[in-house]
Amino acid sequence: MRKLNTLSLGLSLWLGMIMATGSALAAGAGGKITEHDWSFSGPFGYFDQASLQRGFQVYREVCSGCHGLEFISFRNFAELGYNEDEIKAIAAEYEVVDGPNDEGEMFERAAIPADRYPSPFPNENAARAANGGAYPPDLSLIVKARPNGANYIYSLLTSYTDAPSEMDVPEGMHYNEAYAGQMIAMAAPLYGEDVDYADGSDTSIEAHAADVVSFLAWASEPEMEKRKRTGLAVLIFLSVMCVVSYKAKQYIWSDVKKA
Amino acid sequence: MQMQNFKNPVVNWIDHRLPVFSFMHHELNEYPTPKNLSYLWNLGSLAGFALVMMIATGIILAMHYTPHVDHAFASVERIMRDVNHGWLIRYIHMNGASFFFIVVYIHIFRGLYYGSYKAPRELLWILGVMILLLMMATAFMGYVLPWGQMSFWGATVITNLFSAIPFIGESIVVWLWGGFSVDNPTLSRFFALHYLMPFMIVGVVLLHIIALHRFGSNNPLGIDVSGKQDTIPFHPYYTSKDLFGLVVFLTIFASAVFFYPNFLGHPDNYIPANPLQTPAHIVPEWYFLPFYAILRAIPDKLGGVLFMFGAIAVLFVLPWLDKSPVRSGRFRPIFKVFFWLLFADCILLGYLGAKPAEGIYVVLSRLATAWYFFHFLLVLPVLSLIERTRPLPQSISAPIIGGMAMAGAAAKREKPDA
Repeated sequence: MRKLNTLSLGLSLWLGMIMATGSALAAGAGGKITEHDWSFSGPFGYFDQASLQRGFQVYREVCSGCHGLEFISFRNFAELGYNEDEIKAIAAEYEVVDGPNDEGEMFERAAIPADRYPSPFPNENAARAANGGAYPPDLSLIVKARPNGANYIYSLLTSYTDAPSEMDVPEGMHYNEAYAGQMIAMAAPLYGEDVDYADGSDTSIEAHAADVVSFLAWASEPEMEKRKRTGLAVLIFLSVMCVVSYKAKQYIWSDVKKA
Repeated sequence: MQMQNFKNPVVNWIDHRLPVFSFMHHELNEYPTPKNLSYLWNLGSLAGFALVMMIATGIILAMHYTPHVDHAFASVERIMRDVNHGWLIRYIHMNGASFFFIVVYIHIFRGLYYGSYKAPRELLWILGVMILLLMMATAFMGYVLPWGQMSFWGATVITNLFSAIPFIGESIVVWLWGGFSVDNPTLSRFFALHYLMPFMIVGVVLLHIIALHRFGSNNPLGIDVSGKQDTIPFHPYYTSKDLFGLVVFLTIFASAVFFYPNFLGHPDNYIPANPLQTPAHIVPEWYFLPFYAILRAIPDKLGGVLFMFGAIAVLFVLPWLDKSPVRSGRFRPIFKVFFWLLFADCILLGYLGAKPAEGIYVVLSRLATAWYFFHFLLVLPVLSLIERTRPLPQSISAPIIGGMAMAGAAAKREKPDA
């Protein structure tokens, strides 16, 4: 009875904290979000490398015109399943500014795997000037930087429709049901069949969106697979230790007379 | 303190000149502890563990972090991506802050329920409230360091509170910022203070433990230890129990760190700080939400700040507000009800702190704030005068009133109130 009281006190304290926290974070974005089934969600989540490579292709051929990926280096693409030569070849397609050289001049050279992925604009002002005043955000953390990130971006990419007739869409804006306020400066980036996949897989707008979101989820949390795998081992170890330490405690306490 | 005779001659030689081993034996080994402590008494050692864990991970993070507005955000991402196991160290530190507060809040509510703040433990309690204040300051400054959107805007909102102080408020804010807005000088000093304050906490924790060991732990019955038959040595009994509690804590903590590391955080803090763009809702970390709700409940800025700090200040004088001689809520039928109302009130305040300050939320915030102060300033003093408490057991060892009580003891005790 007394034990139960204590237990319920402890548990309700705990649950109270968790509930308060959960509701604190439930505040959403306001657009219509569709839930998608991701290979990388859940405790056994993993990245599908083929999808990551296709997503990278979509990013490269569509998104990278306006959106940077500043925290990703070419060497990181090893995690997408590319080998060293392939990475060198990908990097060599880009020019980066290096220097100063012995004459004190900055110069351009082909990128190497150690270089960061080059951003499309030199700074935010240049990006805004080229995009009608709107700033295309860097995408390296975008999945983590939005509530329900993966589903949100997937929905955003697939929710461009014609505005309802009573709604007035201003010049330079676009109607998108997933976006809070429904008016977004970014024009629809995907229509389906935007990119030719080498592996001949589905090129519908949904497939493109799912692939590029997988790629961006990887860019946001490249440690995810390792983290979850380590976590499973840690939890198995701790569960065993729970039993062991509880038994040890029971054994030690066996000579204490209960009041 | 009695000197021990140790088997190891080297230990004995040192102990004779520097009695650290006798001290440890006295305070950690034979230290007599009430034998009826429940698992709620595990939270103290857990808080100590959390503090050490935060300092250890924090020192490693500081080796890789750059406290500059142009580099802070990128340096955190470098830790996450390029430093060996940097993601693990940062996620432990980030979630560790939340879990430290969970542990400490349970620890505090345990103290509230079982009257652990009452004589002769008033200073022990006050030192604890000081630790809470230091923790809040440390956590607030730590949240600023990654220099994301919530870091920046949280820092702006909270430092601006000081401008409510009449006459000198504006000057104080400029002094805190080291400039005319939250900027690089603010970040560097927050980093320096964020590194300093945990060690101040360690100092107060040591005082907290010294004060604790003066009279020993309170216990679920809230009655004093009456003799040797009521206590057991700290080691191996409570060391083994604390170890089990620690493993359970680590299991829950690891689930968060490895599987939901960003659940307790805010997505906006993965957007680099931008002084020109205010986030739609500026919310503090969850552990500040009840105080944030109190702050916003008061329509006047200075009043809000005073009530917010008052919510902590009232805890400092709690030992003199609740004068009931009975410590444990178990024997205080009316107090018990009000305790749970206060608990629900704090949860409600936390919920309201996360909601926008509009409509029904404002009304509820005001009611909940009023109830918080009503509880401490009116309910507790009045209850200590009028409440009829249930009879206390004679000692910890004696059979105890309750479901398992033996027939003899049940006969001895007075008739409970109808």
